[in-house]
Amino acid sequence: MKISAFHLMPHRELPDDFEKRYESVWVTPPWHELADAERVGQYYNWTLDELLFAARAGFDGVCTNEHHQNAYGFMPSPNIMGAVLAKATNGSNVAIVQMGATLPTSNPPIRVAEEYAMLDCISGGRLVAGLPLGSAMDVNLCYGITPIEHRERYREAFALTLKAWQARELFAWNGRYYQLANVNLWPRPIQQPHPPVWVPGSGSISTFDFAVENDVCYCFLSYSGAKAAKTMMQGYWDVVAKKGRETNPYRAGFLQLVAVAETDAAAEAKYARHVEYFYHKCLHWPIQYLSPPGNQDYRSLVAAAKANIRRAEDTKALRYRDFVEKGYVIAGSAATVRDRIKQEVVKDLRVGNLMVLLQIGSMPHELTLENMDRFARDVLPALRGEWDDEGWVNHWWPERLRGTAAPRTAAPVGAGRA
Amino acid sequence: MSERTIAAWDGRVRIRVQSKGSGPALVFLHGPWGLTWDPFLDELAKSFTVHAPEHPGTTPDTPDDVYQLDNLWDLVLCYDEVFAALGLEQAAVVGHSFGGMLGCELAAAYPARVRRLAAIAPLGFWRDTDRVVNWMMLDPARLPGYVFREPNGEAAQRMFGAPDDPEAATAARVRLVWAMGTTGKFIWPIPDKGLKKRIHRLTAPTLLIWGKEDRLVPPVYADEFTRRIAGARVQTVDGAGHMPHLERPDVVARMIREFVAG
Repeated sequence: MKISAFHLMPHRELPDDFEKRYESVWVTPPWHELADAERVGQYYNWTLDELLFAARAGFDGVCTNEHHQNAYGFMPSPNIMGAVLAKATNGSNVAIVQMGATLPTSNPPIRVAEEYAMLDCISGGRLVAGLPLGSAMDVNLCYGITPIEHRERYREAFALTLKAWQARELFAWNGRYYQLANVNLWPRPIQQPHPPVWVPGSGSISTFDFAVENDVCYCFLSYSGAKAAKTMMQGYWDVVAKKGRETNPYRAGFLQLVAVAETDAAAEAKYARHVEYFYHKCLHWPIQYLSPPGNQDYRSLVAAAKANIRRAEDTKALRYRDFVEKGYVIAGSAATVRDRIKQEVVKDLRVGNLMVLLQIGSMPHELTLENMDRFARDVLPALRGEWDDEGWVNHWWPERLRGTAAPRTAAPVGAGRA
Repeated sequence: MSERTIAAWDGRVRIRVQSKGSGPALVFLHGPWGLTWDPFLDELAKSFTVHAPEHPGTTPDTPDDVYQLDNLWDLVLCYDEVFAALGLEQAAVVGHSFGGMLGCELAAAYPARVRRLAAIAPLGFWRDTDRVVNWMMLDPARLPGYVFREPNGEAAQRMFGAPDDPEAATAARVRLVWAMGTTGKFIWPIPDKGLKKRIHRLTAPTLLIWGKEDRLVPPVYADEFTRRIAGARVQTVDGAGHMPHLERPDVVARMIREFVAG
């Protein structure tokens, strides 16, 4: 399987009483009270250094994503980060996994097609093209896109992007939301017919259908862990089967929070407060932000209402041990982490493209490197061979990287194995 | 009461219209929370033939028809077709909130269609200093408190209260959310879609009605209308929020009766 390091680029030093003083980490957090541009420059550099460390430590890919007006993740342009990563990893077998630039917030959306083509050229064909719908907070609340048009715009932009990469001739796009009379991308991607496409989602049934119909890798980006995702991912696999596609595990991606230490007890000592920071502060927003009226199409709205509106658990009431026990975070010794990922993520969800979040909340730079190093040394090698015995081809991975296990290109330094 | 479905927009947008009463024609355009026939409309039906269309997509059987319309211009054209299908050369128009804005747009686009216009707490303008609260971003539990003066009152319960039967409660919830989503299509994220450029075309005598304690669209917005519509009058309603016609149905119906007859 393929295992990539994911990063959110969070604010690592929110005040202790943040969730009491402010209504939301997203859309409305006041910059001038909470942040300092010089310090944030340091966060960006740590983030890049951490992802480059992961790239050298043997991860198969490095992932960035897009959020707006969000203190837990503020890479409004993931492609700026991706460009640094692509350049700095040249000559390696690491995929640049953009999870990614959000089509409905890019106008015109061929901007994403162009930038991804640039990244594919710079990286020598190592791009994974995540094409997310984008969250309601980013797209509707921050970027003003009408909720009921969000999915339609996305679908039109998606079709336009795929055509723009592949068309041999200049074409006109006379769409409902986008009109471009002279589409003729410069550059085009190295990968043919186009870079592998991943579509991140959060469990909407409409997105399952869309992902399967378009034959892309569906990635469930959840912060609630694999245990909580089981029913949802089963729903995805049911759609795959119903639509007659092969149940290739590489059509599924999943994001899991992971923390590795010498022992389970050491993991608690090192990571507990960072995990609690993440779930108590970083995921602090009014629940209705997730789905302003119209954002869910009618079918999904009815399905969600009938399912008694899966009330998300109140994570503020949970502590580190709850998060670990319930599988929000897989944490502990390398053996514990390895066994749980194998069972809960790989087997139970049938996931071939795993993303792990190893910098969690307030986790400082040195500890992040330690977590990454331990994962790369002691966990990753034991996972890489998963699914090999079944002989599936990972069509959703850059072709020139498919067969290769990324070697450790340099001995990681500064991993702080105290 | 009679009910019919008008196939507008070349048959692609089905609009259900409930009609009741006798007398001169009056078209009621509902707000962002869907249409329920209520005591206010009953009151109006004593003096008028009331036609109450449901905005595209807000009828449970045809939720996706709203996707046939791209923008406010399409919606206004669609309503011109509804008037024609109802056989109305001209009618009095009463609109609430989103429906009030739509009434203004109709009267600006087709001045001959609208004999008199009563707009109850209409949307359509924006002041940075008196922001219209975006009800679509509110905690559902707090929504009734913004819309009604008395969130636990009878009128609020009729609109927002959950029925005891779980299936009916689910259907009611879906209907409410979808009504906000479909009407939101024409006003997101700021309900100022150019009425200020068009409102000068409006020639119908106009009455603005505002609840004194409107917490959603502050009553100061009445000024935006009165300074642009010649002869427009404002009447405020004591003890009412954003739903004066439901909170004080007798008072508001009387205002409208007198205005339309006058």
